[in-house]
Amino acid sequence: MSDEIQTKKLMLYFPECETEKPIVYHLVKDYDLIINIFRARVTPEDEGYLVLDVTGTEEHILQGSEYIRSLGIRIDGVNKGLIWDKDKCAQCGCCVPHCPTNALSIPDRRTMEIVFNTEECIECLSCIKVCPFGAVSSLF
Amino acid sequence: MKSIEQINEKISSGKAVVLTAEEIIDYVDEKGLEQAAKEVDVVTTATFGPMCSSGCFINLGHSKPKMRITEAWLDDVSAYAGVAAVDLFLGATQLQANDPANRDYPGDFRFGGGHVMEKLVAGEEVQLFALSYGTDEYPLKELRTTLTINDLNQCIMVNPRNCYQNYNVAVNTSDKPIHTYLGYLKPHMKNCGYSSAGQLSPLLNDPFYRTIGVGTRVWLAGAQGHVYSEGTQHSPTCERGLLGVPSEGAGTLALTGDMKKMLPEFVRGVSLKGYGISLSVGVGIPIPILDEQMLLQTTIRDRDIMAQVIDYASDYPQRNGRVLGSVSYEELKSGSISLDGQKIEAGGLSSYSKARKIAALLQDEIKTGRFLLTQPIAPLPVEQSMKPLKESSL
Ligand code: SF4
Ligand code: SF4
Repeated sequence: MSDEIQTKKLMLYFPECETEKPIVYHLVKDYDLIINIFRARVTPEDEGYLVLDVTGTEEHILQGSEYIRSLGIRIDGVNKGLIWDKDKCAQCGCCVPHCPTNALSIPDRRTMEIVFNTEECIECLSCIKVCPFGAVSSLF
Repeated sequence: MKSIEQINEKISSGKAVVLTAEEIIDYVDEKGLEQAAKEVDVVTTATFGPMCSSGCFINLGHSKPKMRITEAWLDDVSAYAGVAAVDLFLGATQLQANDPANRDYPGDFRFGGGHVMEKLVAGEEVQLFALSYGTDEYPLKELRTTLTINDLNQCIMVNPRNCYQNYNVAVNTSDKPIHTYLGYLKPHMKNCGYSSAGQLSPLLNDPFYRTIGVGTRVWLAGAQGHVYSEGTQHSPTCERGLLGVPSEGAGTLALTGDMKKMLPEFVRGVSLKGYGISLSVGVGIPIPILDEQMLLQTTIRDRDIMAQVIDYASDYPQRNGRVLGSVSYEELKSGSISLDGQKIEAGGLSSYSKARKIAALLQDEIKTGRFLLTQPIAPLPVEQSMKPLKESSL
């Protein structure tokens, strides 16, 4: 297990928001993790979503994730809150100047093809507002 | 000097040399104009972007009993029924009934005529609701059914204005964000919107309409369509730069084609927040290389095509005619332009990558003998300008 500090983006899904525990507090205090919350949402059905970055050692991230799971919360490390549909994207580039992190970018200005890098996305949702083709959407 | 007939013979025998408007630039650099003009037969051009002034004529076929439709909705989008008993015209920018439009500014404009057209081409089911007052031979007064494009008798796309020769670059000098058909513009010129395929664009490669005219066969979203007229707002009398390439709007084309033969990828509904609905369509146009001059025109590059920067917060809506400056497509495509020393981020609405794909698809169709060129039956006007609306005091 490496001692190197790393950052992982996680999406937490609370099927029913029964946990009263201050999760973020425990992640910081008990597992020495730095937390950066991008987006949180609790729906009227009491479902909840939380998208965050956790920074710490691999071991601490693993232990923290175990703690979260023990509360009945699902962790999705693959899907994030923002979905870019490659087939719906018309490759117009309209979103690119509005994306603050270059998550949506045009690496090759010769072909002008749009690339989406989910790791870079901070879920600001700017692209949803400007995309004329409905190619980006939010999972929640 | 080659004729269209000679080029078509080469196409039919699979021997035509066809390059895209992007490939031709380096080719001519390498071979020289004279040699390249001898070798190359056709250059393919293309564009993909929002083309307001689009729509389709639908002939529904007759119901049993028959109906003389007076009002009709497709997926709750009103289609014009004042054409004939079962002929409808669906406009691309028509909103779905009950859309709040900009009452809750900026409106979302989720669905409209352009989206119905997208669904039809994609083979999806669309709901038809029609009303009539009833006549002796057309007794039916109300009709509700679902249809796909295969159920329609005919579905013919018409774009009264397509392939704008060049276009404005929109900025916002005000201190509030604005929503335009060229996208969301941040205050103080933080970003700009543009729409053209630049060096791949059809009318920038034939700026004086030597080969593109009424009757020219075009690739319209995958179908073989044609130019049926000059487009609306065609105004070729304008400022021109290198090789006579216009640095403003200029010429337009009116196109038509069979929607049943189109490809879904190239017929796409567009929702522009705060502005409205439109339709993006892919078009490819072949340019026959009749002589060296024609070849020279197709070597135009992004860095030599200029566009005018216009303030969409005041000058555009107020029709002041003020131009803030000029920028090249090379700059626009680099992702930012500079105006009076200020860096402005640039985002397109037209898709260069789709235009490249179309130019390549058309190239392949011509090379393999599936797409032949046509001689125009009439030229497009080369001198004409746009008239403003006359407003009289009552
Ligand atoms: S949500 Fe924000 S950061 Fe993520 S891709 Fe869209 S604009 Fe970029
Ligand atoms: S604005 Fe939408 S369609 Fe255009 S490049 Fe971005 S994601 Fe794709």
